[in-house]
Amino acid sequence: MAHDAHAAADTRRGPRPRREVTTAFVVSRVAVLAVAAALLLYAAPPLVADGSWVSLTLLCAASAGIAYLYLTRRFVPAKYLIPGTVCLLAFQVFPVLYTVSTAFTNFGDGHRGDKQAAVSAIETGSVRQAPGSPEYALTAALRDGELVFLLVDPKTKQVQAGSGQGLAPVTGAQVGVTGKVLRAPGFTVLKAPEAAARGQEISKLAVPTSGGVIKANGLSRAVEGRAALVYDAACDCVNGEGGPWKADEARGYFVNARGDHLAQGWQVNVGFGNFTRVLTDPTISGYFLGVFGWNLVFALASAGGTFVLGMAVALALHHPRMRGTKIYRIALILPYAMPSFAMLLVWRDMFNRDFGLINQLFGTNVDWLGQSGTARAAVILVNLWLGFPYMFLVTTGALQAIPRELTEAASIDGASPWYGFRKVTLPLLLVALTPLLISSFAFNFNNFNAIQLTSEGGPFPAESPQVGATDLLITYTFRLAFGAGGAQFGFAAAISVFIFALVAVISAVAFRRTRKQEEVYA
Amino acid sequence: MRKRAMGAAAHLAALSALAVAVTACGGGGDKAAPSAAPTGSSGATAPAAQGGKLVIWADPNRVKALKPFAEQFGTDNGVTVEVKEISKDNQQVFLTASQQGSGPDIMVGAHDWIGNLVQNGAIDPVNLTEEQKAAFPEIAMKAVTFNGQVYAAPYAVENIALIRNTDLAPDAPATIEDLVAKGKALKEAGKVKEVLCLPVAQKGDAFHVYPIFASGGGALFGATSTGDPDPKKVLVGSADSVKAFDRLKELGEKGEGALKTSITNENYIATFAAKKCAFLISGPWAMGDVKKGGFPYDITPVPSFKGGKPATPFVGVQSFFVAAKGKNKALAQEFVANYVTNKDVAKALYAADPRPPALTAALQEVQAADADAGKFMEAGKNGFPMPAIPEMAAIWEPFGIAEAAVVKGGDPAKSAEAAQKAIDSSIKN
Repeated sequence: MAHDAHAAADTRRGPRPRREVTTAFVVSRVAVLAVAAALLLYAAPPLVADGSWVSLTLLCAASAGIAYLYLTRRFVPAKYLIPGTVCLLAFQVFPVLYTVSTAFTNFGDGHRGDKQAAVSAIETGSVRQAPGSPEYALTAALRDGELVFLLVDPKTKQVQAGSGQGLAPVTGAQVGVTGKVLRAPGFTVLKAPEAAARGQEISKLAVPTSGGVIKANGLSRAVEGRAALVYDAACDCVNGEGGPWKADEARGYFVNARGDHLAQGWQVNVGFGNFTRVLTDPTISGYFLGVFGWNLVFALASAGGTFVLGMAVALALHHPRMRGTKIYRIALILPYAMPSFAMLLVWRDMFNRDFGLINQLFGTNVDWLGQSGTARAAVILVNLWLGFPYMFLVTTGALQAIPRELTEAASIDGASPWYGFRKVTLPLLLVALTPLLISSFAFNFNNFNAIQLTSEGGPFPAESPQVGATDLLITYTFRLAFGAGGAQFGFAAAISVFIFALVAVISAVAFRRTRKQEEVYA
Repeated sequence: MRKRAMGAAAHLAALSALAVAVTACGGGGDKAAPSAAPTGSSGATAPAAQGGKLVIWADPNRVKALKPFAEQFGTDNGVTVEVKEISKDNQQVFLTASQQGSGPDIMVGAHDWIGNLVQNGAIDPVNLTEEQKAAFPEIAMKAVTFNGQVYAAPYAVENIALIRNTDLAPDAPATIEDLVAKGKALKEAGKVKEVLCLPVAQKGDAFHVYPIFASGGGALFGATSTGDPDPKKVLVGSADSVKAFDRLKELGEKGEGALKTSITNENYIATFAAKKCAFLISGPWAMGDVKKGGFPYDITPVPSFKGGKPATPFVGVQSFFVAAKGKNKALAQEFVANYVTNKDVAKALYAADPRPPALTAALQEVQAADADAGKFMEAGKNGFPMPAIPEMAAIWEPFGIAEAAVVKGGDPAKSAEAAQKAIDSSIKN
């Protein structure tokens, strides 16, 4: 895409011949086509294997469309719009839609699959070995091409043939030391690899008996078992132990008269259930305002603090009399260049009361991450350290773009350096940097790592263990959705929708104000 | 069709695109080739490779130990066996992949996953014969049994114990009081920095503190009629548990100073290995670092309070599961039920990662060479299998926070009550 832009610049500069084949033009074309071809080659085989013909058709159509678009001379604007649009759809629109649609379901632990999968899990899980029944040694064999089980009772050494029709005694079979049948008249005994090849057939074969069914347990043993729970489509319920368990389509569980439910559930649509839970659950709504307030403070302090610090350093280095700026710049960028994951963990250990560097250095005994005030200061400090090099970099860039004549003119007119900065440099900087500040705010508003890897949201007051002093909305809700009740993707999605709405509103307001500001200075 | 379009466009770009497409095809072919090759060669040694493929997922520690056995099993049965390494969030990765149909046939993991795996329909029961069951200690079989069904084949049992530096503390403490007294004396004499190395951290650590909590009379769940933990009876806020939290407070920062939030999972083993504390409460996974410390040590059960209840540690059982959505279930059952429950496999897994083998016969052999395994097993003999019910997920955090709060000197009754409330509300949902 960068090459595309390049090509665009090239064509604009030239006297617009009908077709000029520049290197950039060729490279950009090749790049787009190669990506499209690579995607097709990568995605087609699994789709074919899966038999998803609709997806395959769509994929082929899209690839063909892209190939046509970039090989024809027409549709020039579309050539520039398509890559961005495809990325927008794939990385923005689709995840948002998927999240929103998940928010209306109870998708999560216990409700991952569909009802049929739950029923089959319930039935398989309830199969118990018939009391007193033998654990047969199993030999898979063929009789007239049909799979049968040769079952040897380990005690009596009696051999029986089991098929879909039931059990029948076998005479004249030769049994080896391991209890497996070596040969039997009328049967072709399958060798281990042959039996393994028919693994799926073997697991499916059920030999009916008076007490239940005999099923293979692996390739060398078979047991007689009976399902304690059986699904009955007529009443849409599961009969057996503790039952009847009636299907409750609102909750995605089989429920009995006592209100208990079977462990295995299925995914159902719960409408606005997740959203109302966010709004009405006292452990969520009760803490919301407090968490939201601190979240705003954290995001503003992080975005504002990094900006002020980064700009101050950039201004200092921008001064014409400053020497050794290169070395300073390299040193200042270091925190930005280091992996933030590792740095956050290092900072966490530095704040340890008894083993941490900070207390050792200052000879203090502060439980930094153990008290709400110091913990909040600590996470903001860490985030400041991690974030200011970025602001320093962008401010340095923006400062280079401001002509020195402007500040010189201001000082000739008698403006103090501070006045000149406030009235000339800062407004010009802000025009360039406000969008970055807003995105920095939005990023820090959801800065999960900065909290989770340092304070984990703590310290937690003993009287309300659900919410910690440094919890952001995102860390708090992450714990709600994935901590206590296993993974609750539906609920998590509903919370994401709320946070998305919050950040979107704040950012929209901020951008609107920026636009006004730009109109003033433009 | 695309080649024709390119020909029609007939300029440099198209030619280059074609070249790229061709190289891309070539690349794809190259990639396909090596994956096809092993199938071909194993087909030569094992006549019927059409038996398909058995896929096993395990954590990085165990992959290497499993490989030779997996290959042996593959040759015996004429199948290809692939052992794949999953390094993070194994349970979630397994669940998600299973649901999509891209999961393994066999999963290696901890027994306390069972509740969650069962409620997601991700694993099948494993049928072990009476003889096979008898080869394992009772606690291992109890751990892998859920709702009256055996859901896994155990291969290693692990629990925490008291590891002490015998240079500093020659005698095993009989009670927690003795342990604290000895630790404090050593600290006052300047020989150690900490009384006891037991991780608490800012969010508490229910796993490591549980034996002490249990000895103080505390409990997490009541029991059902079958003796399993009953999710409907959460006892974290009960009067007995409050008393146990009170004992933890006495040991805490405002009391004896044996439990401290500054001791965390990251530093507790290192601190012990650096001889900065004489007592460590940890499991077999600490032994690598402890041995590097280069001092004599001994492993004994976690002591109980004087006149208190037994200090029962949680017992975790590492196991093999048969995936319910696996493509080759008969083979998976065969591998798990009849092949893994074999002494040599257990010993190889022990060599790769020294967690005491679950098989009694394997443990006996391992013990002869390495006494630690037997000592850990002894320490966990009266242990409590970590509850496998899904509701256990609701316990860890509120319990830990209550623990950290009382260790810092908070009010036990209030902390326990708040924890109980938090647990109840998340179980209800």
